[in-house]
Amino acid sequence: MQMWRKIKYEAEVDHGFAGEIAALPGGEKLFSCIQCGTCSATCPVSPYMDYTPRRIIAMIRGGFKQEVLTSVTTWLCASCYSCSVECPQEINITDIMYALKRKAIRENSDPKGFAISVLTREFFNSIARTGRNSEGRLSLRLFLKTRPLQLLRQAGFGFRLWSRGRLGVRRERIADRKGLRKLLKTVEAEAYSGKRWSLTATNKGGKL
Amino acid sequence: MSYLYFPGCSLKGLGRAYEESLLAVFDTIGIDLKELTDWNCCGATAYMSIDEVKACALSARNLALADKYRVGEETIHLVVPCSGCYLELSKTQKLLRDYPELDRTIKSALSDINLEYHGKVQIRHPLDVLVNDLGLGLLSAHVTQPLRGLRVACYYGCQIVRPYSTFDDQHAPVAMERLLGALGAEVIDWPLKTRCCGGSLTGTVEEVGLRLNHILLKEAAKRKADVVATVCPLCQFNLECYQPLINKTFGDALNLPVVYFTQLMGLAFGLDPKVLGLQRSFIPLPAYEHIREAVER
Repeated sequence: MQMWRKIKYEAEVDHGFAGEIAALPGGEKLFSCIQCGTCSATCPVSPYMDYTPRRIIAMIRGGFKQEVLTSVTTWLCASCYSCSVECPQEINITDIMYALKRKAIRENSDPKGFAISVLTREFFNSIARTGRNSEGRLSLRLFLKTRPLQLLRQAGFGFRLWSRGRLGVRRERIADRKGLRKLLKTVEAEAYSGKRWSLTATNKGGKL
Repeated sequence: MSYLYFPGCSLKGLGRAYEESLLAVFDTIGIDLKELTDWNCCGATAYMSIDEVKACALSARNLALADKYRVGEETIHLVVPCSGCYLELSKTQKLLRDYPELDRTIKSALSDINLEYHGKVQIRHPLDVLVNDLGLGLLSAHVTQPLRGLRVACYYGCQIVRPYSTFDDQHAPVAMERLLGALGAEVIDWPLKTRCCGGSLTGTVEEVGLRLNHILLKEAAKRKADVVATVCPLCQFNLECYQPLINKTFGDALNLPVVYFTQLMGLAFGLDPKVLGLQRSFIPLPAYEHIREAVER
């Protein structure tokens, strides 16, 4: 029988990592995990993850920073909130996954070329420009960047959707794009002014 | 009571039939859904994955736009049919309540573009409005073509029942079963009804997305469902449009129609299938033709 194990020398462990995650919005209850595994059992995608949600929690607390931030687990999480609802300790695991994704993006350690993080970045940038998602254009950019060879097959699929009026080629956008850009710029300036992570200081540990 | 309507991007594209059937059904009942002017994308899971402050800003803009329609101290009811939008708007409300500093940051940024949000917007799913505000009695009074004999698997997916919804049980929701049951349908027991379809995984990590949807469809087929009823544009798209590829990948022969619950309501109300957007389906609803002929005879 093959045992799953992960061993590190004490000197290689990042002791501050757990504290960093617990300080992010959503991470507040990280230390109340009892490692029961309910999250992994209820998660529909855990069989495809490199580390299950329970293991991710254990690895955060163990200081396995690099492994956690580069894993595909957080990106496979489809945000269905099963784990958060079922967790007996009321830990919002979905929001811990979000906190990890954000940290990975900021530290630029998300798995490169992985379609989910590519889609996430593409989506993020296009909404900031237009205010609305143009589904056809977004899918096209995703396939161009990740699987250009599959475009032909996707073209057939796209045509079937288009012929039923379900896929537009038009660029969807809002009227007040200027206002939206200003709003995003203002909150960015505010959030990156060094005050960002004091957000948690005002939280009373309430369930998200 | 008046309702404001937030369609979201998908209801103007992939889920166009959802919007068509939703508006037709509400029109039949005599309730006006007024579309929120210049609404923006809810940010979906992408914004929360990259920047939670910007994610909140996007949704807060929509909440503030809705706030403009408020008269006096009344609460505005914003009807949000897409599960992703429903979740993001609800989540933003929760974050703004829990994190006062975030609330201050967002509200001051909103005021720079002449918007205000006073917290008096309630996020409502149409299923909630139909079952709890209007009531099954009123809805069944509009039925001209009961859905008799149609075996329906009611699919809730994830984000309208978890974690912010208050209108139904998080583990075993029943609103849709009650609604479609009142319209004559035979609702089947289907324990996977709140299991996630994987969202955009069909487009990113295809083998995982297909597998998740195969499990859902196979279980519904084993329980002899004639149709799966959905409440979310992405679930509908995944479960229906990927069936040919699912069959090819897993050597199956599924052919299960997947429609919006509002389309089934419209059929029960005797509305034209074209008005309900049923011509946009990949897999037609043969059971329905059978029922209609039976009723006409």
